[in-house]
Amino acid sequence: MFKEDQLRQRAWDIAAGVVDPEIPVLTIADLGVLRDVALNEGCIEVAITPTYSGCPAMNMITLEIELALERAGFRGSKVRTVLSPAWTTDWMSEEGRRKLREYGIAPPRAASSRRALFGIERVACPQCGSEDTEVLSEFGSTACKALWRCKSCREPFDYFKCH
Amino acid sequence: MATASIQVSETPLVLYVLRRADDALILGHRLSEWCGHAPMLEEDMALANMALDLLGQARELYSYAANVEGKANDEDKFAYLRDVRQYRNLLLLEQPNGDFARTIVRQFLYSAFADLYWRAMMNSADAMLAAIAAKSEKESAYHLRHSSEWMVRLGDGTEESHGRAQGAIDDLWSFTGEMFGIDASERALIDAGIAVDPASLRPQWIKTVSGIVSEATLALPKSDWMQQGGRSGRHSEHLGHLLSELQSMQRTFPGVTW
Repeated sequence: MFKEDQLRQRAWDIAAGVVDPEIPVLTIADLGVLRDVALNEGCIEVAITPTYSGCPAMNMITLEIELALERAGFRGSKVRTVLSPAWTTDWMSEEGRRKLREYGIAPPRAASSRRALFGIERVACPQCGSEDTEVLSEFGSTACKALWRCKSCREPFDYFKCH
Repeated sequence: MATASIQVSETPLVLYVLRRADDALILGHRLSEWCGHAPMLEEDMALANMALDLLGQARELYSYAANVEGKANDEDKFAYLRDVRQYRNLLLLEQPNGDFARTIVRQFLYSAFADLYWRAMMNSADAMLAAIAAKSEKESAYHLRHSSEWMVRLGDGTEESHGRAQGAIDDLWSFTGEMFGIDASERALIDAGIAVDPASLRPQWIKTVSGIVSEATLALPKSDWMQQGGRSGRHSEHLGHLLSELQSMQRTFPGVTW
């Protein structure tokens, strides 16, 4: 049993190191996309969940996980996609939020509720920290981001949408 | 050399799931037609983003329909190898994009419905449908917010934008009744707690729509005559043209992959 736990943990660590192809500072563990790693009859089975239904990064992430496990000597690993419970930005780790901010993307606010979507959002500029910001577009360069602008330092920035 | 269309065993559940999948695919395809043509870069990205959400929803639903049907069909075959009469989407969603106002009005009327529909479907007795709904409702909430803001901006904008938005509402209104229609096969699924009863959503839909429309200084048509047909495969002339583009690769080069 002890050996199985060790194997599973090792596989988790390898899968957890895979980065999001569109935001390469974040790992899939930071994002909360990595849900489970199980050992079934000697083979590793990884469960991931999509951020958005149509997120085109999922195929890439699946491939990267399979490759990383293969390179580490795990044969015949499988990656499956789970939909429930639905992914939320609340699963993003503190570490992930810090890395996003340093990368120049405003992180999603913690403990977001769906109805907060229709309230007033306050987003701090990742460059200068000012909260005097405004939305330019609800939809940004990828499905998970919106485009904002800071009225203090005048820089536009991406905001990782609450979801 | 063209490929023959597939046969589908339309049990009530397969039909129900295909109807939702077709809605998402056809509206998603329409929005994707804007890619590179929207009035500004931000909207180009917004419409393409929404198209992507809808395509993602369609893929989940088609895959589930294939699973339930248990035949040799899959998501690609449902999308690429059914003929126009086998499509089950709402007539509203296949209507051409027209100008930007028309696209926004179509999006608004549907998103206000889809947002309520997915939220209700989260309580479905069918675990897979509940899971798909839980993902989709977050996306539809953004679609509704986006199109609501544009409704107000267009309606309460210039004389030109107001006139175009009002014209689009007048033209598209008769396609909205179909959203609330059900047939016997869907009735049985509603009774089983699997499907959503759309009639129960209508009061809230009317409230949302009329609230935004009046904020936009626009008006809802008085006429309550409604067009039907999409759910049973009787489509407007526009869907065939849409499919001829959507399916052209698979029809011309059967089974092609890259």
